Amino acid sequence: MLIKNTVGKKIIMAITGQMLVLFIVIHMIGNSAIYVGGLNAYADRVHALPLLVWIFRLVMLMIFSLHIMIGIELYLENRKAKPEGYAVKQDLRATFASKNMLWTGLLTGAFLVYHLLHFTFQVINPEIAALRIHDAAGRPDVSGMVLQSFQNPAVSSVYIFAVIMLSLHLSHGIQSSFQTLGISNERTLPGIIKTGSVAALVLFLGYVSIPLLIFIGVMKG
Amino acid sequence: MNLTLYIWRQKGPDKKGGLQQFKAENISPEMSFLEMLDVVNEQLIKIGQEPIAFDHDCREGICGMCSQVINGVPHGPQERTTVCQLHMRHFKHGDSIYIEPWRARAFPVIKDLIVDRSALDRIIQAGGYISVHTGGVPDANAVLISKKSADTAMDASECIGCGACVAACPNGSAMLFTAAKITHLAMLPQGKIEAARRVCVMTEAMMREGFGNCTNHYECQAACPKDIRVSFIARLNREFIKAQLKDTG
Repeated sequence: MLIKNTVGKKIIMAITGQMLVLFIVIHMIGNSAIYVGGLNAYADRVHALPLLVWIFRLVMLMIFSLHIMIGIELYLENRKAKPEGYAVKQDLRATFASKNMLWTGLLTGAFLVYHLLHFTFQVINPEIAALRIHDAAGRPDVSGMVLQSFQNPAVSSVYIFAVIMLSLHLSHGIQSSFQTLGISNERTLPGIIKTGSVAALVLFLGYVSIPLLIFIGVMKG
Repeated sequence: MNLTLYIWRQKGPDKKGGLQQFKAENISPEMSFLEMLDVVNEQLIKIGQEPIAFDHDCREGICGMCSQVINGVPHGPQERTTVCQLHMRHFKHGDSIYIEPWRARAFPVIKDLIVDRSALDRIIQAGGYISVHTGGVPDANAVLISKKSADTAMDASECIGCGACVAACPNGSAMLFTAAKITHLAMLPQGKIEAARRVCVMTEAMMREGFGNCTNHYECQAACPKDIRVSFIARLNREFIKAQLKDTG
């Protein structure tokens, strides 16, 4: 059974993780519509298919649940396997990111709940909810909602912090998933590790730019 | 040279341990690390104190018995070197050195720096073998093996089972050890027959013994005195996926 074996659990972590990375890439490309003033049109187009949107959300929920549950299980097993630490310990390869996967993951997950309530279900700041306020073309004003939200320093700080957590998680997670799936060898592993870090950096810049540029006033809509 | 040592002392498996300070004086840079400890122990015996218990056997870097975490690194600061082959010339006069036993739930401390590593033997017993009828010596070239496969199998078989990978791993995982054994046998025609079953039972045995899961920190490769590579772990993972795709084990 896949879910009972140590390698099996990691394979599930790797596959669900890669699916989530794929989603994060698509989400970033979708977000970038804001730079060309097309965010409302993009959101309108996506939500024209409510059934598909809900099926997609349920699948994402399942992937997330698996990734989080097995992640916690692995963490607890690993902590039990190393009950006592060293008085002096040097890390030769392990990084801050690799040692804090559970925490960066859980913080990203907690942010996700906030993010969904904020921008998807729009219950946190209902006064700017795009579901109620429409633009000139009669579409939900997602762009206006985003711009107003990120002008608030508290909100943009939460988003920037979450993006840092996510990027740290990915800087270890991406390369790790390839190793776990056995898609690496002596020759390719160094390249995979570098590519994972670069991909995490690209995603970091792609995601951090929107709240940051709006907050410092460069992007005004 | 003179050194200050902080060494883990623990009277028995269930006793509480702690670091104890010792002075090592007039140590020659030509001595090995274990010889330095021999000198300290001789002095302890002279003054009627209990010597420091540590594991050692061949003292030529091939048995895998010496198991000490020196200044936070299994087998000490010299790469690809066991404690017995580590020489005092890598330290300076006046240095402080911390010496601790391997730490993992699967490696309980027996006394001072000695841990019980028989959990690794039980992983081997679970599947780290091939089933053959014994009899006359087979002809040397009856089974053809490519040079590349033989080389990889040899690289993996260099693992001396010292447990440094477990000691270095933040999760106390024995994946590098298990991967070396899996690779060693999976590369050879004789080992391929039971490869699918082997990878399943050996990884299950690893978890049963209380080792952790691998999360790809790669600390193990850095600590390994025999330079066993994490690419063998990727190969173990491939062997596991292959085993899942097979109809019968």
